[in-house]
Amino acid sequence: MATILHAKGLNKSFGAVTAANDINVAVEQDSVVGLIGSNGAGKTTFINMVTGYLKPTTGSIHFEGRDITSLKPRQITQLGICRSFQIPQLYNTMTVAENLMVGVGIVASSGARWAKSNRLDVAPEQAVEAMLEQFGLGDYRNRQSGLLPEGTRKLLDIAMAMVVRPRILLLDEPTSGVSADEKFVLMDRVMAAVREGKVTVLFVEHDMEVVERYTHRILAFYEGRIIADGEPAKVLDDVEVRKYVIGEAH
Amino acid sequence: MKLDRTSIAIVVITVALLAAAPALPRWAMSLLNVSLCYGTVVLGMMLLMRTGLVSFGHGLYYCLGAYAAGTVDQMLKIPDMALMVLAGAAATGIVAAILGLLLARYRDIFFAMLSLAFSMILYGLLVKSSALGSTDGFNISAKSIFGIAVVDNAHRYATFGITVVLTMLSAFLLNRYLRSHRGRLAEAIRDNELRVEYMGASVRTTIHLHYVISAVLAGIGGALMAINIGHIDPEMTYWPQSGEFVFIAILSGTGNVFAPIGGALVFETIRSFAYEYSPNTWQMVLGITMLIVMIFLPGGLWSLLQRRKPA
Repeated sequence: MATILHAKGLNKSFGAVTAANDINVAVEQDSVVGLIGSNGAGKTTFINMVTGYLKPTTGSIHFEGRDITSLKPRQITQLGICRSFQIPQLYNTMTVAENLMVGVGIVASSGARWAKSNRLDVAPEQAVEAMLEQFGLGDYRNRQSGLLPEGTRKLLDIAMAMVVRPRILLLDEPTSGVSADEKFVLMDRVMAAVREGKVTVLFVEHDMEVVERYTHRILAFYEGRIIADGEPAKVLDDVEVRKYVIGEAH
Repeated sequence: MKLDRTSIAIVVITVALLAAAPALPRWAMSLLNVSLCYGTVVLGMMLLMRTGLVSFGHGLYYCLGAYAAGTVDQMLKIPDMALMVLAGAAATGIVAAILGLLLARYRDIFFAMLSLAFSMILYGLLVKSSALGSTDGFNISAKSIFGIAVVDNAHRYATFGITVVLTMLSAFLLNRYLRSHRGRLAEAIRDNELRVEYMGASVRTTIHLHYVISAVLAGIGGALMAINIGHIDPEMTYWPQSGEFVFIAILSGTGNVFAPIGGALVFETIRSFAYEYSPNTWQMVLGITMLIVMIFLPGGLWSLLQRRKPA
């Protein structure tokens, strides 16, 4: 399969702290990649660099061969790289339907080339209804998003990232704060939408059950470095991963 | 074009006001004129507030619109109301497009104080400019509308007519805009700028656009006020004037385009009666009114109507 995202020699320092240390990753199209590691290992920093929230100190990021390192988050989104957040980023005073309508509206009202190519074939209201149905948010349609349960907020945050038809979706801890009963329901819905849209996924996750169940490949981070990269079973069985990431006694 | 209830109400009220003009006493027409001029300015303030921004210096555009209208009248010797308003809108649009490049980078108190600073710079320039009448300003006399000369009662009705039509047209267009996809970004930006950027829209461009729209509305309000009053002076950009606009905006609320117009009418009515019956303490009456609104109606007077809607 073709490489869709390529990070080359990424380094990121915050003063004396090194958050990313020579990260080299090539992500294949249509794959689902899990990013694991303890807190502060550099997973979110990696996502933040890919989506333009942080600029790497050195190194470059290429999307379909194009250097996107210096682009703004908005421009990266317009290329087709979208994200959700560890803390859901919603329009808290708006209803669930209105949240989605803002995203649909951005695509529908922009005259830019990216918007034209992403424009939905149906009326904005129908597009919102389809998204509500797809993500199982129909019952919450008219509920204020700031007052939703955490799992529903997470789902809406991901749905909003999917509104602009991404090529790559980056999810930052999609099941954190979600109950054990809800986490697989949430991930099943997200993965069904991802498969339907032929989206490449990278997601940060601490829950190894979720990682093992949904990924094709795992990147294990430790102190800003990737210490293991490969198939889930192989990575989760790696000695360093068991020691530094999973935290098993040795 | 499908019209919503607000748009239909705007059309109905416009027709009703124009039809009622001959029956209106002078004091009522004058009160309505001033309220509508203020209402136009506060429509722009409402757009900014929906975007999460408060300008303490919108007197700048109110004054600039008035001076642009005055310049067309007195310097260029074209005393036509329509051209004067057009000049006010154009001048404010150009200045706001330039200043907006800087202001769109700021938020919260920094945006508010920087806008105040620009308004006070204009005040400083005007009071030092003898060609524009310095602190006294100058009189203007709009004598025609679309090239048709108007005198006496016809002048009074023409002034009222253009004020009603332009204020209601501004409200109509702003209402359409707020219901558009681009217009919805106002509240999205107020709620979460980060998410707006990560959905592919430019926060800065939208804020810049809203700043220009609000300035043009203030310019139209200023030009209309100049035509109504027949006199302009630098006090129009002095900070208490900008404060009045913020006052009306908070009093009104931002729930609907009728709120600023209704709020301006309530404000002017209270001020007129307070000044009439309590000339030494009228400011205190306004202050107490504001206090009551902020405590009992934090969403402004418009929230009274919203509360009546079923949940």
